[in-house]
Amino acid sequence: MIKTEMLHFAYPIGGDVLKGIDLEIGDSEFVAIMGENGAGKTTLIKHFNGLHKPTKGRVTVDDIDTKKRSVASIARDVGLVFQNPDHQLFCETVKEEVAFSLRNFGYDAETIERRTTSILETLDLSQYAESSPFTLSGGERKRVALASVLAWNPKYVVLDEPTIGQDYLQKDRLRNFILQLVSQRKTVIMVTHDVEFVAECKPRVILLSRGEIVADGPARVILSDEALLDKCSLMRPQISSLMSSLRDLGLSQDVIDVYTARACLLEAVKRVK
Amino acid sequence: MSVIDARDLTFTYLGSSKPSISDLTFSVNRGQFVVLTGPSGCGKTSVCRCLNGLIPHFYSGELQGDVIVCGSSVRDKPTSELARKVGFVFQNPENQLFSLSVERDVAFGPENLGLPRNETRERVEWALEVTGISSLRDRAPYELSGGQQQRAAISAVLAMKPEVMVLDEPTSFLDPKSAAEILKVVHGLNRKFGMTIVLVEHRLDLASQYADRVIIMDKGKIILDGKPSEVYNERARMIGVGIPRITFLAQLLQKDGLTFSSMPLTVDEASATLRRSISP
Repeated sequence: MIKTEMLHFAYPIGGDVLKGIDLEIGDSEFVAIMGENGAGKTTLIKHFNGLHKPTKGRVTVDDIDTKKRSVASIARDVGLVFQNPDHQLFCETVKEEVAFSLRNFGYDAETIERRTTSILETLDLSQYAESSPFTLSGGERKRVALASVLAWNPKYVVLDEPTIGQDYLQKDRLRNFILQLVSQRKTVIMVTHDVEFVAECKPRVILLSRGEIVADGPARVILSDEALLDKCSLMRPQISSLMSSLRDLGLSQDVIDVYTARACLLEAVKRVK
Repeated sequence: MSVIDARDLTFTYLGSSKPSISDLTFSVNRGQFVVLTGPSGCGKTSVCRCLNGLIPHFYSGELQGDVIVCGSSVRDKPTSELARKVGFVFQNPENQLFSLSVERDVAFGPENLGLPRNETRERVEWALEVTGISSLRDRAPYELSGGQQQRAAISAVLAMKPEVMVLDEPTSFLDPKSAAEILKVVHGLNRKFGMTIVLVEHRLDLASQYADRVIIMDKGKIILDGKPSEVYNERARMIGVGIPRITFLAQLLQKDGLTFSSMPLTVDEASATLRRSISP
């Protein structure tokens, strides 16, 4: 479990970016952290692997205070994939990039080869194994960064804006992949403001605004709350707005994804006939 | 009248074995709002780079065919001259802003054109006002939110008074509300000043309502080109175009037997049609 208690954090200049975050993320949970630009989302997740240490309060990973462990040791359990892949990629080839951390963690050559090949395949990157990451498109580099973290099989996978620059098919694939991780009982935490993506994966949603948690609950409840979303500079999924515009016809108001909406609307049409 | 004319455009980056864009022929009329989209790696960014001469003057490789932008071939004109005609806004505003104040950043372009002081000043005022950041003029770009930074980047480009504005995924780092606001600003440039817009965008749910035309690329080629409601079809979806959820829902419902006179792009359009089908 990742737990934060009265977590405050301030950068050397400026006020508190995080203002007393109390949060528990249990094992095998699937969580989306959402909120406006500058809400403190990235600052918060950097506490999960110890890159940031609280100015006040406490963060524990599996009951151990992150102040008592090195980032390198926490990283083995908590894999963080940065928003900008260029902050993380540096090797000559995609394959090298993915193998790098495995080598650092001391795996044998055979395991490194097996895991690298398998993760590249899963993320549709095999054809680029020998390419330089820097010749790839932004969306592809993003997947390389993800592959390099997933390769060492951390217990907690933390993704900062995983859908940026990804097209719809890749998002679809990413969603299936994340849901697969969740079904393997991994804890997946993603920072995102992609409401449509969240509407389709339906995780627990934690809404952050100006350094504080303003809501915490299931996606279908939080993503149908216009006032709340507006406060965090988010927009309702299109489907949810549609259902709300037809509210007076007795349509269910916590529908956020296309397929559920389709069923509801067909039901309503049938009732009329 | 066309402001962009691409003829058999093919480009292969140095060190790459296959072309990133191949045999593209298309033109864009003055005042059009064009959304360019397609799966990641389809070549849309390369197309943008051709429009202001970054290809072939900055990125090395083999260019075949040509693009005529505002009457000049990008092969002949250096990027510095094309920049007067074609403004370019990048995905990440941090890559584009460098001064210690927003005002200085916006003034940089006109100053480099050697414009007289008062004209520079007028252009800066105008560019800040159009994007709604006059009050942020003295702030350092790095202190601003992503949305404000992107407005500053757009202002800096606007101050050059380009005829064509090319924006390469300008909203991808922004939260949904800031993204919607940036697209409104871009729409304003098109509507108020008749500026030609080429917008590369994945967020079609937000951008489609402003587009006169959507060009969809796949594997370096244009595969669909038309009004948004016409091109958001099964084929587009299968190659990975994120057609607006509302349009997708309407397509599913149409298969189920409901009728839509045209495919809706916005919630309001869909809502009106559905209300008629559901109301007692």
